[in-house]
Amino acid sequence: MVGVKGTSWGNFPRAQQTVRRIDWPGEAVLEGKGTLLPYGYGRSYGDSCLNDGGTLLDVTGSERLIAFDPASGVVRAEAGVSLEQLLAFAVPRGWFLPVTPGTKYVSLGGAVANDIHGKNHHRAGTFGRHVRAFELLRSDGTRLVCSPTQNPGLFRATVGGLGLTGLIVWVELVLRPITSALIDSESIKFANLDEFFALSAESDARFEYTVAWVDCAAQGERLGRGLYLCGNHASGPGPLYASPPPRLAAPFNAPDFALNRWTIQAFNALYYGKQRRKVAEKRVHYEGFFYPLDAVGAWNRIYGARGFLQYQFALPYTGDAGLTKEIFARIAASKLGSFLAVLKMFGDLPSPGLLSFPLPGVTLALDFPNEGARTFALLEELDGIIRENGGRVYPAKDARMSAASFKTFYPEWRRFAEYIDPRFSSSFWRRVTQEAVGDE
Amino acid sequence: MKRVLIIGATSAIARAAARIFAGRGDRLFLVARDAAKLQVTAQDLRVHGAERVDVTVADLDDFARHEALLDEAEGALGGLEVVLIAYGTLPDQKLLEGSFEETEKELRTNFLSVVSLLTALANRLEAQKQGTIAVISSVAGDRGRKSNYVYGTAKGAVSLFLQGLRGRLHPSGVRVITIKPGFVDTPMTAEIKKNALFASPEAVAKGIVSAIDRGRDVVYLPPFWRGVMLIVRAVPEPLFKRLNL
Ligand SMILES: Cc1cc2nc3c(=O)[nH]c(=O)nc-3n(C[C@H](O)[C@H](O)[C@H](O)COP(=O)(O)OP(=O)(O)OC[C@H]3O[C@@H](n4cnc5c(N)ncnc54)[C@H](O)[C@@H]3O)c2cc1C
Ligand SMILES: NC(=O)c1ccc[n+]([C@@H]2O[C@H](COP(=O)([O-])OP(=O)(O)OC[C@H]3O[C@@H](n4cnc5c(N)ncnc54)[C@H](OP(=O)(O)O)[C@@H]3O)[C@@H](O)[C@H]2O)c1
Repeated sequence: MVGVKGTSWGNFPRAQQTVRRIDWPGEAVLEGKGTLLPYGYGRSYGDSCLNDGGTLLDVTGSERLIAFDPASGVVRAEAGVSLEQLLAFAVPRGWFLPVTPGTKYVSLGGAVANDIHGKNHHRAGTFGRHVRAFELLRSDGTRLVCSPTQNPGLFRATVGGLGLTGLIVWVELVLRPITSALIDSESIKFANLDEFFALSAESDARFEYTVAWVDCAAQGERLGRGLYLCGNHASGPGPLYASPPPRLAAPFNAPDFALNRWTIQAFNALYYGKQRRKVAEKRVHYEGFFYPLDAVGAWNRIYGARGFLQYQFALPYTGDAGLTKEIFARIAASKLGSFLAVLKMFGDLPSPGLLSFPLPGVTLALDFPNEGARTFALLEELDGIIRENGGRVYPAKDARMSAASFKTFYPEWRRFAEYIDPRFSSSFWRRVTQEAVGDE
Repeated sequence: MKRVLIIGATSAIARAAARIFAGRGDRLFLVARDAAKLQVTAQDLRVHGAERVDVTVADLDDFARHEALLDEAEGALGGLEVVLIAYGTLPDQKLLEGSFEETEKELRTNFLSVVSLLTALANRLEAQKQGTIAVISSVAGDRGRKSNYVYGTAKGAVSLFLQGLRGRLHPSGVRVITIKPGFVDTPMTAEIKKNALFASPEAVAKGIVSAIDRGRDVVYLPPFWRGVMLIVRAVPEPLFKRLNL
């Protein structure tokens, strides 16, 4: 079972690797030579889901449910089950994901390996907090059930462990009860970053889900203007239907010129200008609330063949918006634009993984069309600010951070490395550690 | 609640169809040759809501077991109602060209074993005057192509057999459905480079279940293959033999 696959969601960087399907739990996973890396739906942006020159273990065919307890909402499922599949099963039964990212095309294994976060981080923390246990297959053939109490070291290494500690076979997850598939949502305009922080302080207490969309092209007075989106699961009985898959897909790479400063500014102005009133309330299906981009299908292709870089950082926040403002100002001044910019306050629930990304504070995620050296220089400059201020950059979205930055962001990396399976590796890991030998 | 027998139940297409039945609360009986795969498949269907799932392990090349496994299924289900035959192998055409032995093996699995099952099934359903038999054939059986003609022969023969059987069973009210998928992204086609013509097993399964619900005779899945095969069949032989298909 062999094929060749080359990209992650950012279409950058490219890599050549053998892809082996893992469709059944008993299959000889670890035969052959060379390095291995599990691969879900490739929704990571950079190279953490790539293994140039090695083998990817495509687990998306391992997607069976193993057990479900309708009383407690505990579900055990093979690691290739996608959040979309889990929602289709759980929502009609009155259960929802405990944590969801901005796309439902993510596997359970991938959700654990990046210890993903969602719009409810301030209430629920990361995905890994809701994982009761998983089974890990190591390259020596051992199968280990890991939980916060059983093999706890391997549990903490594997949650957020970037697929490097072995193959996650199944995951046991605690779902969240719902009585309706609908979300009572509110969107509130804010004029600048000070307003954003004030809104967060106020609405994170009222809403389970909060996130802000920020216009990164706006400068001066309007720096950091945006829309604050919040929501709660509608209470009382309501419809319980999951959603159909998207029809619309961008079937080929759009020409590179489709995305420049002008188109981005136009897009941003349109989005922000859409809402006339300051506050708008709506009851919507969870699909539109959580996964607006899924409706566009392969939207990543609009960035063209050069691909794009996503950048997400987290910074401690102590009531001073100055640093965030400075970062926004630099991005705006660079005119390297961002098609999407998402801003949120993380809560202070501890993340379970040694390499988990979220920390208490503010997080910002943006896309940059890949304009080569200029883009890389800007991101390196931003890394510097993050490094100096106790922040982190998210590996799931990274294709370029330096080894030195990685080691500063994730001081536990050495302890983590002890748990790595000797046969497992990734392009990302080699990039952020092999360089490190030189600058020890 | 329907009683559904699935023969070749660990196939990706069959599993996707079985999930739809399970979601409706149907009662299932599964036959497959690999006990470990069968066990996780059955468990998945139980979690998805099947009223009950029973299984038996059988290599379907073993014709002598066919009557016995139908007895077992009939007993566990409490009668035969819907039967889906879904197993198959996709051989390496080049390899078969050098070996009649291998060719015979493929014809046994993809054609003769199906005939053995259908013969036994047809008599049972004809006697009870109701039921539906759906068999996964293939568009590959619509015309012999040099790249894959042994598989095509087996599937073409299955389609032809089903056509006759449909006529025979029509008066007794038993339905016979020929399912002709095009390319489907399953372990069977893991080695083939994927293109826009590939459908997901879920999409094909939906089509299968809807054909069973509506009692169709012949379905192409996805439906556009009907048109494609109309054209493929219409190409004159003197030209067709020169095509690299
Ligand atoms: C539109 C969009 C929105 C997003 N929003 C968010 C968000 O809000 N929050 C957030 O945290 N992330 C977000 N992401 C990132 C995404 O959630 C993560 O990258 C996720 O891990 C992708 O899962 P995947 O199944 O595609 O895994 P892949 O990208 O294929 O792999 C990710 C990692 O998981 C490992 N892995 C996969 N399967 C297994 C397994 N069975 N065993 C061991 N390791 C495994 C891989 O080796 C790799 O290291 C978003 C991505 C997109 C495209
Ligand atoms: N995929 C396509 O493009 C495509 C197109 C047209 C038609 N079809 C047909 O669709 C059907 C399902 O195939 P699929 O695509 O779902 O592939 P699949 O997942 O590979 O399933 C094939 C199944 O057949 C089983 N099988 C093979 N020989 C057997 C035997 N002697 N006894 C018992 N079981 C046997 C296999 O069992 P093991 O797992 O134990 O090997 C496997 O479960 C087949 O009839 C195939 O010919 C497929």
